[in-house]
Amino acid sequence: MNGSGPLLEVQGLHVWFDLAGGRELHAVQGIDFDLGPGERMGLVGESGCGKTTAILAIMGLLPPSASAAGHVLLNGMDMYEAGEDSVRPHRWRDIAMVFQGAMNAFNPVRRIVDQIVEPMELHEIAEGRAARVRAGDLLELVGISARQASRYPHEFSGGMRQRAAIAMALACGPKVLLADEPTTALDVMIQAQVLELLTGLTRELGLSLILVTHDLPIVAQTCDRAAVMYAGKIVESGPTEDLFHTPRHPYTRLLFSATPDLYGRGEVISIPGTPPRLDREVLGCAFAPRCDMAFEPCPSVVPRTLPVAPGHGARCHLNDPAMRSAS
Amino acid sequence: MPLERPGDALRVVITAPLLLEVQDLVTRYPVPRGIVGALARRPKEVAHAVEGVSFTVGAGEMLALVGESGCGKTTTAQTVMRLVDPVSGTVRFRGEDITHLRHRELRPLRRRMQLIYQDPYDSLDPRFRVRQTVEEPLLVHHLGSSHERSERVTRALERAGLAPADLFLDRFPHELSGGQRQRVAIATALVLEPELLVADEPVSMLDVSVRAEILTLLDSLRRSGLGILMITHDLSTAARFADRIAVMYLGRIVEEGPAQAVVQDPRHPYTRALITVVPKRDPRDRTTPEILKGEAPNPVHVPTGCRFHPRCPEVASGRARERGMEERCRGEDPMLRELAAGHEAACHLA
Repeated sequence: MNGSGPLLEVQGLHVWFDLAGGRELHAVQGIDFDLGPGERMGLVGESGCGKTTAILAIMGLLPPSASAAGHVLLNGMDMYEAGEDSVRPHRWRDIAMVFQGAMNAFNPVRRIVDQIVEPMELHEIAEGRAARVRAGDLLELVGISARQASRYPHEFSGGMRQRAAIAMALACGPKVLLADEPTTALDVMIQAQVLELLTGLTRELGLSLILVTHDLPIVAQTCDRAAVMYAGKIVESGPTEDLFHTPRHPYTRLLFSATPDLYGRGEVISIPGTPPRLDREVLGCAFAPRCDMAFEPCPSVVPRTLPVAPGHGARCHLNDPAMRSAS
Repeated sequence: MPLERPGDALRVVITAPLLLEVQDLVTRYPVPRGIVGALARRPKEVAHAVEGVSFTVGAGEMLALVGESGCGKTTTAQTVMRLVDPVSGTVRFRGEDITHLRHRELRPLRRRMQLIYQDPYDSLDPRFRVRQTVEEPLLVHHLGSSHERSERVTRALERAGLAPADLFLDRFPHELSGGQRQRVAIATALVLEPELLVADEPVSMLDVSVRAEILTLLDSLRRSGLGILMITHDLSTAARFADRIAVMYLGRIVEEGPAQAVVQDPRHPYTRALITVVPKRDPRDRTTPEILKGEAPNPVHVPTGCRFHPRCPEVASGRARERGMEERCRGEDPMLRELAAGHEAACHLA
């Protein structure tokens, strides 16, 4: 990026959920990625692929039934070295999150301004009058008049609440913003407003963004890089343009052709079958049963991530000359 | 490029009354004043959900009603289905005026027009097996012997793409994927062999990978001769699957035309703005979105003149003034005008 190395590094992140009867669900199965300062990365996948779980794990906000392993490095320092104690100072201060469904992100009986001030006071960023002024500034930054700061959440529309949720995430001046489906419940025009706001924040404040979504076109339009998740693993990642124009994993290609485009080019085809259950071990490539190009090793040998172009990797045997010649 | 559909040639031949004709439909909802408002004798207010909407749906045709939440597209569908009563206007089904039919008279009609809901997780009874869910409408309408019913259930399931039906008949909704559930919901509508389907956001709750299969299914039903009115906020879906698109804004259709014409050559500034903000699938197609400020106004207080003028980029940029039209935009409510074959827009500047 700019020679100073990545801001956020995620290495070998795993998350398991405890299920009844002593079983486990392996929701995130070893994901790795880097995020540079000011970079916008899209994390794409269908529901249940582990994308939300992965970012909750990065925030250290997993429910008690979950356990995680792996490393999350912020400026080269392991945030999880000493568990919750070492992550607490960073949460909201260095790394913040905008949750899915802005409707539920606020306490309905407290004024918006008080809810934005709360994390500032907790992290000793600002207090009292200064904190309220800062909350007003943040609201102005996201396009809400500071005069509306003392309103209650129900007095805001869906789009305004999502903006206010972004203002709240920015309260402690984080460097990384994780946004989980920030526009799912919003209309296209409001969606465009929110995406423009997020893009503007990365440009003006140098904020790094991870945008979690199931919507490929949103990533195509807003992110520099994208990572596609399937069954708990990143199956392909790379610069947005490479990934969308020369996908090297069949899942990426199929997901792309399942998405209708405004100008109606090409056939829209859905992907047959459903993702595998993650409460039992998946043999071979998890996508093999739905893949239109699966060959001999796919059902039995787990594919590794192989580089296919600069900054572009895919987890597919098709990219492995050794596998292809052997079969 | 306009899509070629096998149904195109067929449609010209049909001269029977149109399946659905809606004319000048107006539906309003009273806004609750609350006890304080009533005691203070505040004026009774109404939400102008649908304010003079006209359109037609032919057999073998799919019309997409597109717009943001609150634009009146769902109310339009509900009024057409006679779930909500209109204030004025007419709804004709196969040439018959059904606007004022009473409940009892409506029943035989309800079989011929069926609704598909948005959320297949909500619309199926979790305690009912697929067989019971799909059979239910037949029981409600007292149709067929037990043997006939079971045959019709099988046929409907297979028509909805759940083949062989035996595989699904005894399953519960929780044993089905999202796409399969929506297919069961569609089978439940098809079992009565309707002529018109009204699909309210049929894929918005489904995963991307299965949306296409449901849309393709609706497309094949359209080809088989059903008329489909699809309510959606997704212009990309409408552009790809509908024959015609009607764009709604604050209770009015502001533009209507052949799907490709509306998307390739939008005539209303609202449609143009909507098209620029739809995220394109191709990262190389990054366009600067023309983002409208604020949100659609409250349908209780509809702006005077053109209802879109307070947010209209043509008015805001002064282009309307340059053309000497600003007064009209502020003062005169534009009507739909035909600008090209079958392509209409309600804009003074178009």
